[in-house]
Amino acid sequence: MTETFSLNFIDYAIMAIYFAFVLGIGWLLKKYMKSANQFLEGGKSIPAWITGLAFISANLGALEVFGMGASGAKYGMLTYHFYLIGAIPGMIFLGIFMMPFYYGSKARSVPEYLKLRFDEKTRGFNAFAFAIMTVFASGISMFALAKLMEVLLHWNFHLSLIASAVIVLVYTYLGGLKSAIYNEVLQFFLIVAGMLPLVIIGLNDVGGWAGLKESLGLVATGKGFQPDAWMHTWKYTGNPASNPMGIEWFGMFMGLGFVLAFGYWCTNFLVVQRAMAANSMSAARRTPLIGALPKMFIPIVVVIPGMIAAALMFMPDKGFQLVGGDQADYNMIIPSMLVHYYPNGMLGLGITALMASFMSGMAGNVTAFNTVFTYDIYQSYINKGKSDKHYLHVGQFATIFGVVISILTAYVASSFNNIMDFLQLIFAFVNAPLFATFLLGMFWKRATGNGAFWGLLSGTLAAAIHHGLTVAEGKGGWISPLHEYPSGMAQSFWTAIYAFTACFLLTMIISLATKQLKTKEDLKGLVYSLTPRIKDEPGVPWFEKPSVLAVVVGAISIVLTIILW
Amino acid sequence: MGDDIRLPIGSLFTILGLILTIYGAVTGGGELYKSSLGMNVNLWTGIGMIIFGGWFLLMAFRKKKTTKK
Repeated sequence: MTETFSLNFIDYAIMAIYFAFVLGIGWLLKKYMKSANQFLEGGKSIPAWITGLAFISANLGALEVFGMGASGAKYGMLTYHFYLIGAIPGMIFLGIFMMPFYYGSKARSVPEYLKLRFDEKTRGFNAFAFAIMTVFASGISMFALAKLMEVLLHWNFHLSLIASAVIVLVYTYLGGLKSAIYNEVLQFFLIVAGMLPLVIIGLNDVGGWAGLKESLGLVATGKGFQPDAWMHTWKYTGNPASNPMGIEWFGMFMGLGFVLAFGYWCTNFLVVQRAMAANSMSAARRTPLIGALPKMFIPIVVVIPGMIAAALMFMPDKGFQLVGGDQADYNMIIPSMLVHYYPNGMLGLGITALMASFMSGMAGNVTAFNTVFTYDIYQSYINKGKSDKHYLHVGQFATIFGVVISILTAYVASSFNNIMDFLQLIFAFVNAPLFATFLLGMFWKRATGNGAFWGLLSGTLAAAIHHGLTVAEGKGGWISPLHEYPSGMAQSFWTAIYAFTACFLLTMIISLATKQLKTKEDLKGLVYSLTPRIKDEPGVPWFEKPSVLAVVVGAISIVLTIILW
Repeated sequence: MGDDIRLPIGSLFTILGLILTIYGAVTGGGELYKSSLGMNVNLWTGIGMIIFGGWFLLMAFRKKKTTKK
C-alpha cells in the first residue's frame, strides 16, 4: 500500500503565508543595512534569547532533522548522545571560556581570530576551507530539499531548487545576518509546531511509551541485541558489539563528546557567528547556554519520530511505508511519517516546517560564507583598506555569489554523488583537528603561528591516514586496511581522536621549537593568561549570569543522562 | 521598535493558528482525520499556535508601550 495524499488549498495557503513572512522580515530589516558591520555581523545588537535560539536553529537544518530521524530508527536512544555529551559540554565551554576571546577581541570572524592570535597562513587555511565548505553544505541542502519535493509532492526538481535558492537569497540579501537570525528563530518555533503533533499521534499509534519500548525490544532482539538496547544511551557502551551504534564508551566520550563536539560548537563560525552578533559580552556568553536548554529536548521532535518509525516498520498492519520506494532509505522517515499521519492542514504545516529547516540551514551557511569571504578573503587578500560602503557591497555581492555557487553545487551533487562524498570526507579531515589549535591558542600563550599552521596540517593529514588505514561499512582503507571498526560512526569518532592528538602534540612541539613572534601586548584579549578577568556588566540579574546558567544547563544535562542511562 | 522579532513570530503563529483552528472546526469528525487516528490535530495544533502567537504579540505590544513612555 502506498500513501495517498494530496495537498489542498489550506496547505498551499499555509506555505504561502510562511514565505510571505520570511521575505517580509528581510524587507523590514532592509533599512538597517547601511554598513558592512550591520549586514555581516548584525550590528552586535541582538538580545541573547534570539541569538541563543538561532544558535541551535542554524544547526537544525533539514539534513540534521532527517539524519537524526534516521539515526533514531537505526540506533534508538543512543542518538541522544548527539544532544547531551555531543553538544552540552561544548556549548558550556564556548559560553564560559571561549566567548570572551571571540567577542572581546576585535575579531569579526573565527578565521580572523586565528589571524590575530597566530598568523596569516593559519587564517588563510581556515578561511578558504570554511568558505568552500559552507557553499557546498548549502548546495547539498538545496539539492536535498528539491529532491524531497520531487519525491514527496511531485514538484519539478529545478523549479524547487531555484525557488528555494531565490527565497533564501532575497531575505539574506535584504536583511543580512540579522534577517537570517530572525528567520532562524521563526523557523525553530515552526519546526517544533510542525513536528510535535506527529510525535503525539505516533506514540498513540504504537501504544504509548510502553508500546514503543515493547516493539523496539522486538526490533533489538531481531538484530541480536538485548531487548532494551534501543532505549538506553550508555548502558550498552561497555562493548561496541552490544549496542547498535557499534561504539564503546571511550570513543563516544572522547571522539564525539570531546573532539568532535568541542570542535563543532566552539570553532565553527556558522554557530559562533550567532553568538558574536549578541548585544553585549554577557549576552554573547549566554547565547550557547540559552541555546543548550532547548537543544536537550530537540530529540523529542527528531529522534523519537525515528524510533516510532522503527516500531511501525515492524508492524505491517499499520501500513507505514517510506516514501520514494526505497525502504532502506531511512532519511525519508520523517517526511514519510508526515504524510502517513497528517491530514490536510497539518500536512501543509509539516511540509512548511521541513522547508523552514532547509532554509535555516541554508541561510546559516550563506551568512557565514559572506562574512568570511568579505573579511577573511576579499579584505585580506584581494582589496585592503577600502571604505565600509565598499565592503558592504562586497558582502551583498558575496551573498549572491555564494547562492549561485550553491546552486551549481546542487547540480554537481545531483550527477556526481561520489564527488560530494569525497568532499565531505576532506572537510571532516580539515575540521577534526581544529579544536586543538583553538585550545592551545586560547590557553597557552607560547603557541606560535608556525606551530598552529603545521600542527593543523599534520592533524588533517593524521585524519586522512587514519581513515586510509581503517575500514568501516566498506569505507576507508584506501592505503591499507589494517583495522576494522564495527561502524562508520566509530571510525569517524576515532579519526577525530587521532587528528586532534596529532595536531595537539605537533603544535606544542613546533611552537617550542619556533620563536613567538607576537608580543604580550598583541596577545592581550586573545589568550587566557594575558587577558584581564571579565566581569559581568553591572545590572545583569543573577539568573542571567553565564556562570549560573552554565550550572543550570549542566545539572539538567546530568539529570537527563541519568534518566536515559 | 520596528525590529522586534516577537511581532512577526506572534502574527505568523496567530494567523496560521486561526486557519488551522477554523479548518479543523469545519472538518471535525470527518474522513480527513482517519490518518491521524481520529484526532483533530488541526484544531488542537491551531489552538496551541494561537495561544503561543498571542502570548508573543502581547509581549511585543507591552514592550512597545513601555518604550513609548
